[in-house]
Amino acid sequence: MADLHFLANPARFRRFSRRVLPALSIVTAVALAVGLYWALVVAPPDYQQGDTVRIMFLHVPTASLAMGGYLLLAALGASLLVWRHPLAALMARATAPVGATYAAVCLVTGSLWGRPMWGTYWVWDARLTSFLLLFFLYLGHIALSRAYDDSERGDRAAAILAIVGAINVPIIKFSVDWWNTLHQPASIMRMGGPSIDPSLLWPLFWMMGALALLFATLVLLRTETEIDRRRLEIAENQD
Amino acid sequence: MSGVGALFLRDLRLVWRRPGDVAVVLAFFVVATVLFPLGIGPETNLLARIAAGILWCAALFASLLSLDHLFAADYEDGSLDLLLLAPWPLELAALAKCAAHWAVTGLPLAILAPLLGVAFGLDDRSLLVLALTLLVGTPALSLIGGLAAALTLGARRGGALLALLALPLCVPTLIFGASAIEASATGEGFMVHLAILGALALVSLATLPWAIAAALRQAGE
Repeated sequence: MADLHFLANPARFRRFSRRVLPALSIVTAVALAVGLYWALVVAPPDYQQGDTVRIMFLHVPTASLAMGGYLLLAALGASLLVWRHPLAALMARATAPVGATYAAVCLVTGSLWGRPMWGTYWVWDARLTSFLLLFFLYLGHIALSRAYDDSERGDRAAAILAIVGAINVPIIKFSVDWWNTLHQPASIMRMGGPSIDPSLLWPLFWMMGALALLFATLVLLRTETEIDRRRLEIAENQD
Repeated sequence: MSGVGALFLRDLRLVWRRPGDVAVVLAFFVVATVLFPLGIGPETNLLARIAAGILWCAALFASLLSLDHLFAADYEDGSLDLLLLAPWPLELAALAKCAAHWAVTGLPLAILAPLLGVAFGLDDRSLLVLALTLLVGTPALSLIGGLAAALTLGARRGGALLALLALPLCVPTLIFGASAIEASATGEGFMVHLAILGALALVSLATLPWAIAAALRQAGE
């Protein structure tokens, strides 16, 4: 981590991202194009689920990236509160909406997948419910960080919320699991058998990588925008 | 320590001088609970089955309702700055404020809820468990709500934002509170649920005062 500290200075980060972002965008676009072609055209349909299995290529990666994004948010919050890195605040501001969008994509694709597989758009399954709560945590973070006229106050409040939220996520997960086993047996959540065939697994890994790249690209781009916005704010206040 | 005790007593005294504030919260609890039979229908079996969830949700909303002025009054009149400067830890002050909030909302709610439970057709044992779960669980609600209140000090749309922040974090408490009553109604043992509820309250007690104090510090800056 110590090596990343040189990026804590917004101006230095701006120079770094200006160099990295164009290359990263191209790599992301190519990776996404290849991944989508592989996942939607080349990969064979599942023997049970048919073509609906292709939803998985969007659903599973967005799920893990949305969870990882919340951890990132908590780490950024900690580095804002501990080291007062100005960049951490801007990056958290940039990350939260991307993470929330990933969580929303995961929920929507999940319910579209659930319709043909389980015969319903939504079940109060433990995983679905705890993911919905993760989405709400993201919304709370976004709303709180933008609720103050003094944006630095919003950043610090949201940082505390992100850390408390990250500690709470496992507790929420545990309680929802418990709640669900009490109300209904876990009978629905079986995805076409115990293991995934390699012909589906490799495009899944690829899509995971491509969507992670997209996440990184969007966060970098949005961080740049946040830096510029903050500079404009400061310039306005000086006049 | 005496300063913290004084702060706790001061908050209680403030409420004592204006008992209407607590009365409104309790009245909200009663009215919100009574709306459910009117919306769902008077079938006793159905009502008895969902009573635990309704009473717990209503208690959750009622305790959130009274939170937005937990720190706001101190923030506006400058008492919060004095708390920040006080020689005793801010964490203890946060704990004292939340304890005072619990004493005037969580505790009355726990006493009032069994009376409403009777109207929902809960049996005697479940009524006792309902009061017990609220007694054990509401401190966690006060602390989580206290954190949300501290985070939203001076924010725009404070009230709605407070609910958005606090409700997802209250989910574990709600689940184990309601499930303890259901377990007791179906004849299972409710001690496990109650023990986990107690654990949640203790974890909140051990961690959240620090988070609240951190939030108050950055609000005071």
